[in-house]
Amino acid sequence: MPEASTAQRELTFAEAIREALAEEMRRDVRVFIMGEDVAEAGTPFKVLSGLVEEFGKARVLDTPISEAGFTGLAVGAAMTGLRPVVDIMFGDFITLTMDQMVNQAAKVHYMSGGKWNVPMVMRTTLGATRRSAAQHSQSLHAWFSHIPGLKVALPSTPYDAKGLLKTAIRDPNPVVFFEDKMMYKLKGPVPAGEYTIPFGVADVKREGTDITIVATSSMVQVALGAASLLDEIGVSAEVIDPRTTWPLDERTLVESAKKTSRAIVVDEGYGRYGVTGEIASVIAEGAFYNLDAPVKRMGAMHVPIPFSPPLEDVTVPTEQTVFEMARSMCRRS
Amino acid sequence: MSVAHHAESDRPIATDKLLRMYRQMWTIRLFEEKVNDLYTRALMPGLAHLYIGEEAVAVGICEALQSDDYITSTHRGHGHCLAKGGEPSLMFAELLGKETGYCRGKGGSMHIADPATGNLGANAIVAGSVGIATGAAFSSQQLGSKKVAVCFFGEGALGQGSLYEVMNLARLWQLPVLYVCENNLYNEYTHYSETTAGDILARPAAFGVPAESVDGQDVRAVHQAATRWVGELREGNGPAFLLCNTYRYRGHHVGDVNREYYRPKQEEQRWMSERDPIQVLGNWLIEGRLAAKAELDQVRAEVAAAIEQAAEFALKAPYPGVDQVEDDIYA
Repeated sequence: MPEASTAQRELTFAEAIREALAEEMRRDVRVFIMGEDVAEAGTPFKVLSGLVEEFGKARVLDTPISEAGFTGLAVGAAMTGLRPVVDIMFGDFITLTMDQMVNQAAKVHYMSGGKWNVPMVMRTTLGATRRSAAQHSQSLHAWFSHIPGLKVALPSTPYDAKGLLKTAIRDPNPVVFFEDKMMYKLKGPVPAGEYTIPFGVADVKREGTDITIVATSSMVQVALGAASLLDEIGVSAEVIDPRTTWPLDERTLVESAKKTSRAIVVDEGYGRYGVTGEIASVIAEGAFYNLDAPVKRMGAMHVPIPFSPPLEDVTVPTEQTVFEMARSMCRRS
Repeated sequence: MSVAHHAESDRPIATDKLLRMYRQMWTIRLFEEKVNDLYTRALMPGLAHLYIGEEAVAVGICEALQSDDYITSTHRGHGHCLAKGGEPSLMFAELLGKETGYCRGKGGSMHIADPATGNLGANAIVAGSVGIATGAAFSSQQLGSKKVAVCFFGEGALGQGSLYEVMNLARLWQLPVLYVCENNLYNEYTHYSETTAGDILARPAAFGVPAESVDGQDVRAVHQAATRWVGELREGNGPAFLLCNTYRYRGHHVGDVNREYYRPKQEEQRWMSERDPIQVLGNWLIEGRLAAKAELDQVRAEVAAAIEQAAEFALKAPYPGVDQVEDDIYA
């Protein structure tokens, strides 16, 4: 296990991302960043501030507003010896890159009988409640998780963000990396030393015995908050973050559900045909004879994300709604 | 239609190279005839989009490239693959879904790829490879490898926005990519004039990308233009755009037999009898006393025998075991 022990140093989520990129760019000259306003602007979220100063404009490239164009360019660059990290500012804009990711990047290795590789990373964002309305708020990671040939990572802490991004950059396959844009200022421990986190290894964020809450990305903090509320009424919740939706650590999820006999899956993507459905099915099949209740799913409501704050706030799971779901499943009043 | 254009500085093409191009054009022609034969005898699964009639484009351009230069290709890609040095036997095997094929049977007719010849792959999405070719040119520039990338696409790709996105990028960053537009007049079953507003060459011109139109049935003209542009690209003066005016003799795919609702038979006959790229070069070689008719007939006979042998190899080759279906999803 290449994970280093937790140190005292704290970084924000954004700083952890930036440090991972800087370390990998120092380690490997083939790594470069490309996207809209990634250089001097350092992205609108300031995640990349300072990188162009260290690595220069040849390795931190501002592009035209052409998501399909520069993503396609990255596929070709990855096939021919470079390691592109493409920045798609808002996860909603992945729609513009779908042919390049789904029909090209994901399939090149397979269609060529294993002869060409596409070692690229697409970094993008997810998450609502930023008052950005329907075209800047979606969590569309399920789309890529659906496609063979792609890997999908979605960290929930600064520590995981750094370790998973370094793994993504070193992976010989196309990896889509989703960052919760509401989490960039979240602080957490990140050791100064070198470490990576393997894909397909879930992390138990909180141990418990009565109910398993599987949560991804933005929903991990929500699940941990719900777990604290549950503690107060005597329910011990285990919170597990799969960290990658593909590859998926099915075993850890199933074993936890077998232990607790109840499970909720919380994810900010739309519930319909989504990540929650897939994971709930994995748990239902794997832990069927140990379950005391049907596996419950909690995702975004099936509405375009509305602008008005009181409307937007009810579209995504919250500590309170997760708490209430868990309480009812555990039959506590 | 634009008139072929020969720059004053173009040097004459050596006779041995002309003969090689003649042979390569026959290789494509007879390969495709064999594909048609195998397909119509139900020996070949799937779809086959024949390159017959357009041979001078792939050959004229690929003969201006080095073996490690990159190409990307299209659904009508057999000609590009062969012209870049692909082996007919391994191509037939791939078209038949055999394990010995270029892609172990995973890709088929529309996805042949071969790193050994710089072939980044044929692509079944129209304009699907424009980003890949531009990215390969980007790698060449970043790594200082001096390789160029040729992006083949049909005039149908002019309808796709991604082409304009990458041309803009390529010009901004001066990438060594040659965009080769093969205008065979038909977007599948629709004449390109019904789908293409304005002038084709005005498109690259709008980005400041140098562009030229050539007679795509004249392999010498294509080759001389390609040689000139590839030289410019290698000097760092990319990108460029080459419009090759050509004609698809056959249907959109092998099964597109009754075509009179979208184009008259006389039009096909006229191109085949007056503008056939193999005849055009053959006649020119004979008239210039650079080759005798018997010598050219011999080339054709040799190619025909080799194609038969290659097809035999592929027909006898084994299918992949079903246990391989999940191999190569991830590297």
